[in-house]
Amino acid sequence: MKLFAAFDPASAFGLLAVAIVGNVACALLGCYLVLRRLSMLGDALTHGVLPGIALGVLFTGSLSGWGIMLGAVVFGFLTAFLTQTVSAQAGVAEDSSIGIVFTTLFSVGVILLTLLPDMHIDTGCVFFGSLELVTLSTESWLGVFTTMVSSLLATVAFIVVFWKELKVASFDSALAEAMGYRPQLMHYLLMGLVSLVSVTSFATVGSIVVVAMLIVPAACAYLLTDRLAVMLWLAAGVGALSAVLGYFLVPTHGNVPGMMAVMAGALLLLAVLFAPRHGVVAKVVRNVRLALRIAMEDILADLYRREESRQDRKSDPATGRWINRLALARLRNSGSITAAEVGAWRLTDRGRNQARSLIRAHRLWEAYLEKNLDLPPDHLHDPAMRMEHFIGPALQEELAAELHEPGTDPHGRQIPKG
Amino acid sequence: MSSEPILDIHDVTVAYHRRPVLWDIDLTLTEPSLVGIVGPNGAGKSTLIKAILGLVPLASGHIRILGSPLERQRQRIGYVPQRESVDWDFPVNVLDVVLMGTYGRLGWFRRPKAKDRAWARECLDRIGLAGLEKHQIGQLSGGQQQRTFLARALAQQADIYFMDEPFAGVDAATEQAIIFLLQELQRQGKTVVVVHHDLRTVPLYFQQVLLLNIRKVAFGPTEAVFTEDNLRKTYGGRLTILETAGQAVRTREPTP
Repeated sequence: MKLFAAFDPASAFGLLAVAIVGNVACALLGCYLVLRRLSMLGDALTHGVLPGIALGVLFTGSLSGWGIMLGAVVFGFLTAFLTQTVSAQAGVAEDSSIGIVFTTLFSVGVILLTLLPDMHIDTGCVFFGSLELVTLSTESWLGVFTTMVSSLLATVAFIVVFWKELKVASFDSALAEAMGYRPQLMHYLLMGLVSLVSVTSFATVGSIVVVAMLIVPAACAYLLTDRLAVMLWLAAGVGALSAVLGYFLVPTHGNVPGMMAVMAGALLLLAVLFAPRHGVVAKVVRNVRLALRIAMEDILADLYRREESRQDRKSDPATGRWINRLALARLRNSGSITAAEVGAWRLTDRGRNQARSLIRAHRLWEAYLEKNLDLPPDHLHDPAMRMEHFIGPALQEELAAELHEPGTDPHGRQIPKG
Repeated sequence: MSSEPILDIHDVTVAYHRRPVLWDIDLTLTEPSLVGIVGPNGAGKSTLIKAILGLVPLASGHIRILGSPLERQRQRIGYVPQRESVDWDFPVNVLDVVLMGTYGRLGWFRRPKAKDRAWARECLDRIGLAGLEKHQIGQLSGGQQQRTFLARALAQQADIYFMDEPFAGVDAATEQAIIFLLQELQRQGKTVVVVHHDLRTVPLYFQQVLLLNIRKVAFGPTEAVFTEDNLRKTYGGRLTILETAGQAVRTREPTP
């Protein structure tokens, strides 16, 4: 672990700062890619800009600076434009078009890079990044850090200035266009910025990991909130946290950008599991709660029917599934049922009131189905069993009113009063 | 309002891949009213609305709204797209969506202020959604989502509204709320053009009706135009000669 290896705090801080700034910029733009369902186009851009970088180096002779920026942005626009054009003209779906355009442009880029004999461009660096090399000299660190901060500032400025226009264009582009907001312009500005940020990130995290940094923090934030502004802050936080975790947890001699992507993935996994509303755990908890409520209500309704037919409860439901045992225990603890001797459960007054409402819902529903759904009488019970748990007092009254206060259900059993 | 027609569609043809999907539509709407657009699936009802709003290009003809081209009248136009056209899992709440209605009036870069928020709340109130401001739009029922769109259109404070199937798949209460709103708009002298599917309610809801099936079959006051004969023409299949001619334009070869 790097944490325990001898490390130079100054260089460690410099490296982390670069990674954090880059990741935050990626995460912010990524939110709009994820929301506009353009994640694959984001992937395409990060690869399609490669010829632009190569040409930028060719013309300016410099591995950093405005040349590669300009080249990347131009080729970013070109990727976005060609994707739409190939899809329209060649009659292929947009995802196929993305596959065609970015692989072609990327290959052209790789060939161009190999044609630059004097430049010390290591294609491996382009693919996998060279974060570790950034801190080799203060001079190169400062250059990379300045570019990184500039692209972050450009991103933030773009989002702040076009906040309302981006929001409406992303949510409802037809309305945006009808209002005169030019959603296509927004689209291309966004694509230009994604190209700019990817090329600045190339030097550090590489062309493959940058895709993860664009998409994963945004996808993670999407799971955690229902507000756009909060989503942007969360995505930025996840991007930064991935950088920190990736840096400190990477094995010695391991690839830091790779570890950052892994950490982003791990954070996404946590979000998938534990997100408050959309998470797996929250869903399981909700389902178990519902199952428990249904089990409790079924016991109450069952006891009520037995009382009605003057039958003692002989079979002990607690011998059934764990959820029934739990339901029985909770009903006893809340004073809805009581047992004079083991297994002989009876309703208390409180339990009887609860059961009456359920039975009322059940039988009203049967009567309603019989009236409106053209079902044979023996098909009424099962649907009513399912629905009785969801029909509250207000809807019960509505049903009763529509059925003119029926006294009995279709099977001739009495409907308890509400 | 001047004596200019509210909506003047002059010989408009809309084509998709060169093949016309709307043929030489020509109509003039002069009286503020509720207008229904009726026709079978694929008749080009949504396309006509999109053409009026400049969302699809015209192959020929021109459209004037309140006497001027669209570009100068955008702020006087309200639009309700089909409910399925947007992603209801988008991270915004009901108030955010209704506020978008004020965006057209605000113009580039200006953000909604407290008075715009108050206005958006009032629009929600008028369509019966008060209290749902903070709900995420994905949690709403279909009817509530449609009402949110109506509230957004109301927030646009337009003079002429275009609504694409606002009654599709909504509950009875929502249908009532929407038609109430349309009638109120009409009393204020506004015009609402509605793509509509339920033939039964056409005479109840609309003073004027456009019967459309890739060409205008008839347009005028509902009692005069909404006849069995016209409906048979509208729903009685496509005109094969138009289709053959359209195919010829697409393939660039004259017909046999």
